[in-house]
Amino acid sequence: MTVPGPEYELRELKKVFADGTVAVDGISLTVGAGEQVAVIGPSGAGKTTLFRLLNLTLRPTSGSLGIAGLDMAGLSDQALRRQRQRIGTIYQQHNLVGRLRVVHNVLAGNLGRWSTARALASLWRPRDSAAAWRALVQVGIPEKLYARTDELSGGQQQRVALARVLVQDPSIILADEPVSSVDPSLAMIIVTLLRDVAHESRKTLLMNLHSVDLALGYFPRIVGVRDGRIHFDLARDQVTEELLRGLYAGHRDDELQLERPPDGLNLLGRACRPLPGLAE
Amino acid sequence: MAEPVAHFPASPSKSAFPYLLGAGFLAVLAGSLYTAQVDPRRLFEGDALANAARFLRGGFPPDLSAEFLGQMIRPAVETIQISVVGTLFAVLIGLPLGLLATSSLAWSGILHERRAAIGRWVLGFLPYAVARGLLSVFRSVPEYVWAFMFVRAVGLGAFPGVLAIGVAYGGMLGKVYSEILEGVNPRPLETLQAAGASKLGIVLYGLIPQALPSLVSYTLYRWECAIRASAILGLVGAGGLGQQIELSMRFFKFDEVVTLLGMLLCLVGAVDFVSGRLRARLTR
Amino acid sequence: MRLSARETATRPQTETVPPRPSGHDHHGWLASAGFVALIVWSYRGTGMDLGQLVGPKGLRQIAAYVGGLFPPDLSWTTLRDAGIGAVETFAISLVGSLLAVGIAVPLALLGARTLLYRGVLFEARPLAPGVWALRIGISAGAKALLSLLRTIPEILWALIFVFMVGLGPFPGVLALALHTGGVLGKLFGEVIEDVDSRPLEALQATGAGRLRIMLYGILPQAAPQFVSYALYRWEVNIRAAAVLGFVGAGGLGQRIHVTISLFLEHQLLTLILAIYAMVTLVDALSAYLRRRMV
Repeated sequence: MTVPGPEYELRELKKVFADGTVAVDGISLTVGAGEQVAVIGPSGAGKTTLFRLLNLTLRPTSGSLGIAGLDMAGLSDQALRRQRQRIGTIYQQHNLVGRLRVVHNVLAGNLGRWSTARALASLWRPRDSAAAWRALVQVGIPEKLYARTDELSGGQQQRVALARVLVQDPSIILADEPVSSVDPSLAMIIVTLLRDVAHESRKTLLMNLHSVDLALGYFPRIVGVRDGRIHFDLARDQVTEELLRGLYAGHRDDELQLERPPDGLNLLGRACRPLPGLAE
Repeated sequence: MAEPVAHFPASPSKSAFPYLLGAGFLAVLAGSLYTAQVDPRRLFEGDALANAARFLRGGFPPDLSAEFLGQMIRPAVETIQISVVGTLFAVLIGLPLGLLATSSLAWSGILHERRAAIGRWVLGFLPYAVARGLLSVFRSVPEYVWAFMFVRAVGLGAFPGVLAIGVAYGGMLGKVYSEILEGVNPRPLETLQAAGASKLGIVLYGLIPQALPSLVSYTLYRWECAIRASAILGLVGAGGLGQQIELSMRFFKFDEVVTLLGMLLCLVGAVDFVSGRLRARLTR
Repeated sequence: MRLSARETATRPQTETVPPRPSGHDHHGWLASAGFVALIVWSYRGTGMDLGQLVGPKGLRQIAAYVGGLFPPDLSWTTLRDAGIGAVETFAISLVGSLLAVGIAVPLALLGARTLLYRGVLFEARPLAPGVWALRIGISAGAKALLSLLRTIPEILWALIFVFMVGLGPFPGVLALALHTGGVLGKLFGEVIEDVDSRPLEALQATGAGRLRIMLYGILPQAAPQFVSYALYRWEVNIRAAAVLGFVGAGGLGQRIHVTISLFLEHQLLTLILAIYAMVTLVDALSAYLRRRMV
């Protein structure tokens, strides 16, 4: 489904919370359909708020947000829900309902499409468990189809969240620090999975990452956010050490991960598979 | 892209048990509906609606005359007093029995590790079992039945009401006290015992400080229930607003009934408020 | 261990024992004093005489009365009557509690501010002022209705319904349903508002409307607590059901009223034993179900 023009078009987007905190301070950004973008920056920089604006959970205080050419302000309730259904979100944690079986959490990706009656009936007898099954096969945990979600490990639950997005089949995937609570080996698997799925179905992918290595290793375009503003917006190979230091300056804990071995090798970057069709 | 590893699993094997249980429950429910003579139509046929209308018409506007309100102050005050003294009695009955009914105090747990078996049995378990039995009887017989019996035993008025609340709530307090005491963290107690503290020392320095906020909190909650109970016990002759409501209903003076209900609402609200504030300060 | 004179002399002067913090204690003293005053005033007000109670007359009266109840009347007619009464009481408590849940759940949902106008589900779009005011009204109205239902004690509801539809167990069912519905509604409402909102945010992000968010996000989280509260109220209701009979609402209570009025003490004891058995049964059932389901 190709749409002419940019998928996301943000102009001077600003978000001020009720207690006065300016979380997002005039961000302008354009993301084309099918692009893959990593968003990095220190904690508290406003990345999560930005994502909640992008997935239509929050309303901007000022500025404009356009998706596929449509302005998101002034939408009716139904239109808003239709737009949300086109955007799939993966959170860092706690976004699944623990007491439900995995099959229900995965099929919840359909809730934007299903009527209430169908949703209710599915809780009794899952409709389309085949689709849930296929999604779980893709993320590698098909045997957990009928397990209770809170019996799964953190990494497995994150894969269930991924399966839910697959079932939802959106045009845009937003991932807000999807691997920060997951151990490093699994992190690579999940990031690769998201990237490949997005690439194959030509979905737009924006991922909020804590780990600079993962960002540089997997994404062709890096956006650095600091203090609610865009610090830089560059192709991967244009991102230099000084830029990164400037981005994380003053945030000691985040800076630690910038420590590199003396010869400047990005070990992780070397190990990543490049995106098919893109030169290294 | 991995090929489908295994075949698509069937639904988790459903044993017959949940269905049997469900069928059994439905049968019990159907029987209950029949036994309880549930028939929603009765709400609308015959005099039902007319009676309801009579009640509403007669009840509003409520009797707010100074004369009536003045007469009702004494019963309202009496209701509060019954609830307070009743709860006090309940504590007096429930606390000793509750202490006896705590297994960790009576015969099991670290306090009794080195005690001879016969001592544990005779001095520990037997009183424990008796206390538990008494508490069970006290709290399983509804307070109104106790009130009825005490009215027969000692006459009308506030006294039987106090006794009824004391006994019935004493049973509830005792059971909950023992649960709270048993749920206390045993490690500080072990530490105290290892440092050479006597049994009394362990209770005073280890058990009570941990348990006290919950004990007081639950007692205050019982007071909230007691104010409701004492208001209603009057319906069986145990004084307070309940007795007045019974009288007014008997003479079909619905406007008085509504006023009394309003007063009851205020009393309950006041007690709930005070009790809630106290409990909040406790758990601060 | 006391310090020697030399140690005291060589210690820096700043190391004196700090005074006990005060101010904090004033509230405590005031509250305790107030409490004691309340108790004393109440004691005198009820005209109760501890001496009368513990003294020979009071205790002996009570003991004599209780003793006079024994032995229980175990004749066939009495036992059968008690059995029927017990079954009736059980039925009243069961149907009443179930109906109460049916009343409580919708009212609790209507009263939940996080479903109607506040919280993470409403951050994206402000509600039109008319809609917002209407929603506040609905929520407040539902909560007020629940408050009314639960403040009127069951026995009063029973009186009203006996007045409306006559004697028998049905008014008892209605009384329990309405009163317990109010109690459960308030408890359920608190559970709903305390539910983890993060899964709800995720569900909303898939484009689900509020009803579907409720089905997939709120109810699954709240269900265990609902069941726990409902089962606990069933234990309360079996006692209440026994009592409602006093005002004519069937069950063991009605029979107890009759036996007391006719001074049939031995039959009274049988009925009391029946109540005890019923209450113990329901308590055990409730505890078992709570363990299994929660």
